[in-house]
Amino acid sequence: MRSASSPQEGGNPTDIYQALIDIVGADHVSNRQEELYIYSWDLGTTEPHRPDWVVSPRTPEEIQKIIFLANVNKIPVIPLGGGLSLAGLAVPFRGGILLDLKRMDTIIEVNDRARYALLECGVSQGQLTSYLERRFPGLTHSEPGAPPAATVAGNVAIHGQGDLGHPYGFNSDMVNGLEVVLPTGEICRFGACSIGAKWFTQHPLPDVGIFLGWTGTTGIITKISLRLFPRKKIRGTAIFVVDNEEQVPDVFHRITHTQMAEDIVAFSQTIPPYASGLQHFTINLAADSDKELEFKQELIFDDALGDYIRRGDGGYLGFTRGLQHPQISKTADWRKGGGFEYVGSIMPVSQYPECYRRGREISERHGIPYTVLGRCIGAAHAMMFSWTYAFNRADQETMRHAKDAMHETDELALKLGGTIWKPGLYGQSLVMSRLDPNTLTLMKKLKQLLDPNGIMNPGNWEVP
Amino acid sequence: MNITDFKYEEIIHRCFRCGYCKFPVNWMDVNNCPAYARYRMETYSCGGRLWLTRAWLTDAIQWSDHLAHILYSCTSCKNCEIKCPLGINVDIINMIRAAKGIMVEKGRIPKEARDFLENIQVHGNPYGIPKSKRGDWMGATSLEIYKNQEYLYHVGCVGSHDTRVQEAARKLGRVLQRGGVSFGVLGRDERCDGNEVKNMGEEALFEMMAQENIARFNKLGVKKIVTLSPHSYNALKNDYPLYGSNFEILHYTRLLLNLIEKDRLHLNVNIPVKVTFHDPCFLGRWNSEYDAPRRILAAIPGVKLVEMERSRENALCCGGGGGNFCMDLLGGSPDSSARRRVREALATGVAILAVACPKCLTILEDAVKVEGLDDRLIVKDIAEIVDEACGTT
Amino acid sequence: MDIDRDAARTEILRIARGEDSFVLHECVTCYACEEYCPMGNHPFYLIVQRQEKLDIPPLPRPLIRRGINMGVPFRGEPAIREINGKALLIAAFADHMFLIQGRIFEGLPVISDDPRKMFHYFCQLMYLHYARESVINERLPKIIDTIAGHNATEVICFHDECYGAYNSYCPAMGIDVPFRTVHFFEFLYNRLLELKDLIRPLNLRVAYQRPCSSRLSPDKHHFVYDICKLIGAEAVPRKYADENAICCGGSIEGQRREGSRKLALELRRLNVSDMKDAGAEVCIFNCPACYHTMCDLLSQEGIKPIYMSDLCRLAIGEQPARGR
Repeated sequence: MRSASSPQEGGNPTDIYQALIDIVGADHVSNRQEELYIYSWDLGTTEPHRPDWVVSPRTPEEIQKIIFLANVNKIPVIPLGGGLSLAGLAVPFRGGILLDLKRMDTIIEVNDRARYALLECGVSQGQLTSYLERRFPGLTHSEPGAPPAATVAGNVAIHGQGDLGHPYGFNSDMVNGLEVVLPTGEICRFGACSIGAKWFTQHPLPDVGIFLGWTGTTGIITKISLRLFPRKKIRGTAIFVVDNEEQVPDVFHRITHTQMAEDIVAFSQTIPPYASGLQHFTINLAADSDKELEFKQELIFDDALGDYIRRGDGGYLGFTRGLQHPQISKTADWRKGGGFEYVGSIMPVSQYPECYRRGREISERHGIPYTVLGRCIGAAHAMMFSWTYAFNRADQETMRHAKDAMHETDELALKLGGTIWKPGLYGQSLVMSRLDPNTLTLMKKLKQLLDPNGIMNPGNWEVP
Repeated sequence: MNITDFKYEEIIHRCFRCGYCKFPVNWMDVNNCPAYARYRMETYSCGGRLWLTRAWLTDAIQWSDHLAHILYSCTSCKNCEIKCPLGINVDIINMIRAAKGIMVEKGRIPKEARDFLENIQVHGNPYGIPKSKRGDWMGATSLEIYKNQEYLYHVGCVGSHDTRVQEAARKLGRVLQRGGVSFGVLGRDERCDGNEVKNMGEEALFEMMAQENIARFNKLGVKKIVTLSPHSYNALKNDYPLYGSNFEILHYTRLLLNLIEKDRLHLNVNIPVKVTFHDPCFLGRWNSEYDAPRRILAAIPGVKLVEMERSRENALCCGGGGGNFCMDLLGGSPDSSARRRVREALATGVAILAVACPKCLTILEDAVKVEGLDDRLIVKDIAEIVDEACGTT
Repeated sequence: MDIDRDAARTEILRIARGEDSFVLHECVTCYACEEYCPMGNHPFYLIVQRQEKLDIPPLPRPLIRRGINMGVPFRGEPAIREINGKALLIAAFADHMFLIQGRIFEGLPVISDDPRKMFHYFCQLMYLHYARESVINERLPKIIDTIAGHNATEVICFHDECYGAYNSYCPAMGIDVPFRTVHFFEFLYNRLLELKDLIRPLNLRVAYQRPCSSRLSPDKHHFVYDICKLIGAEAVPRKYADENAICCGGSIEGQRREGSRKLALELRRLNVSDMKDAGAEVCIFNCPACYHTMCDLLSQEGIKPIYMSDLCRLAIGEQPARGR
């Protein structure tokens, strides 16, 4: 396998550059320092590694040709969506061809009766949200907390979760079908679409699990059929506050029992001061009428959480109509430094108190304002718990602290009985060191079968 | 390079590259930055530009033609400032200007930019047309030279020299006459206001131009200026006061609206047509004027205004700002913002795409031709539509 | 609370003696009794003192803690510049600068124009809703010093509650206020008189949402009607106006007492339907907290919510600035 510092097997760089131009056109290939510089960076703390070429394809057929070229010349291929995983999942560790997939941004179909959207892989969250609001106001999708420039397919591919996580689970549970370019170049479809039917269901056909959670190491998703859900006329957020983290799992349990909420998130953070030391719940509610909204609020705040309020242990802060697009970018500015990274984990809800306490301690030890958050998945089957570490990009010391804090937190997540969600290289090695050896062996076999030349996003999920 | 010499050293690293800057306010498309829309490489987005600037100033990368191209592809449309959720948002264009300024100082700017600025310096316009020709746009009109009338009508470089836009300039003059406005023009004595010069990083030249213009206007006793171009409007209203000017500045749409509402302009001719309006960046996002053009169109009998999905603060820039109406760094592709914009206009089912900016007029009309839409869509300045509605045609 | 005169007398005397009373548990903190007391004995301040002393806070503990932390300035020290003239104090609403634009406010310096530092100017009176008079008394002197540092000859208080803090609370508590204050509506009225030639009658039917803190300055309440008359707005005759005004319910909905959330909702609906029945087209606000609490319901009922300063701008031919 070639590395960034050694010459390629096969063709010389000039020939490859020309071959790429022949595939996508000169405007969409670059080997210039500016593109190589920008695309070498993840927005978190991962060290940059330069690709050799940046290519922006428009069709699966173009990707197929690039893959053929890469296989012949044993060149790594790294698929990139929004680039907002903040875990270095699309950093070209061994150089190669960085595929910026965002030109493939057509919303192909929205089927409002079967409630799905068929999207190219580069469609962004913001684009889909806006499209549905304007053209299909009765439909919505589960939008994650990432900036709206994040791609839908990228988020699904890393088992993301969004603001419908409580009733409907992970975003990867919402897939009706995929089109994938395999590491050997074949274009495959999975789900009902593969037998010529519409893209309305994945089950009961053979699974697409080998393309989700594999960070692009098993193939490149080029199309996705995503389940959509009813969007009610009134949507907004109610807030509930407790000051004792031990109460958080019980509050989650009570709210989920009512089955009235769309999204339940508990968070605590140093900045701004009103949030410090307290656990705020943001509870998204949706209703088609004031009557329905009042009914839901009554069940949650008067009934399920009523005794918290009466005892004075929990406070209701009202309901505000309208859902805001996520403003997570502001977290990057807390150290006036343009950067943050976070450890996301999938944890049992019961572990919230310990996750909070230990995370706060790690942050404070590294001089970082603490920020933690837990998003309910399913009926409190699990939560996505994140510990966020802001840093100042102009201050290497703060980046070092953030990185150290994240490594500690990766270990903490596993120690507390959870798993690391979308781990970077360090977290991947921790997970693999604990993985069932037969499972690890199977992963290796699958990878070798699908990607015999080892070209797909090398460095990530490499089983030793 | 030394980043400590950069005025915005303290904040340039704060860009997170979250990508908000690529979207309009209504999120409908990731292509609301004209440079990113054209090239679809992260380097051409606002965030990419800021990161590359910092990389250059810290010697992580070297200056190159490509870097200069990336910097100068910014049209200063302000979409990024409006979208950026961080506190640095108010200085994004300032940072890009400052970076361009460093390139100008070192003489390392794209050839197109160098030609533009040299032409301004020598000929007073970016086209390289002799100063003596500046008044030719007046043609056989009865427009008067400025001599203490109430308003100075400032036409700008594009209105003075671009043959298509000269039509709009003349028609505006005719409409102002029809409305009984007391105004004069400078004709061949008019000089460029410098808005693009400033946005291209030539701060020193801009200062000189501003001071000369202010002196000229003061000598002539100018009190009020009405501009054809929102770019001129912006410079005269927002930048010139820093050099001691004290004039009342209006974009012509405000003046026309005033005339219509005071019944001094009678729009008698019925124009039964669907029209959409393209918000110019320097009128809309830069100066928060979205209403006057719309109210004018609403007052014209027969006109039905249809909004594009990206309108007002969501508008996609035509790609002409930052000198690009002349340098054309963003052309040559169906992905150019001008071609995208005319396709969007066509999708609304209108026959006329109305504009209120000379640069938008010339760029969008060219885009219509390149897209082969001449028989389906006409680009007209609002002044031209009002002229028709007054029956002065 | 629905009690008769005798019961009221009995309970206030209990409270004055420092004893428990059902009033301490059921007070919704609407501030109205401050206005009702003809002797100026500040019954509400007394209630709050006793609630704190007897540990009967109306709000749950987490909300109290949150509120107290919210008022902590954490983004550096304020930039004190000498003004030596009139100034507008926007205090903890520095993120609402769009409400003080245009000719009415031309040339008027603003104290606390930086949202990052605005809590250095926060009058703290909000903590009356939290039974935390101690927090007010601890922090307010420093706030007063900060404002006084600007050396303004006259401080125009944007928010009713600031004016109430410096003209009602501070005298009641013996806290010295070394600057002269002007009520926002008094300022607006006088400015409109100066700009009278620009006024074009609005011909709107309006209702006024009287904030709780307005009860601390009842002598300035008439300016609401004076302004309306000047700008050609008809203040519709309502049941729940003036002394009978209903508060927005913003602080009630989070209270511990059972049924508080529903009570707040009912009060809001009663208030808005009263406006609607009286034929109001517009509801005028001084207080951003009231505005945010009520704007949705008003809009649903076809009544346009607007701040008083924006209404005045409309009257002189200006368009309100948009908040960003």
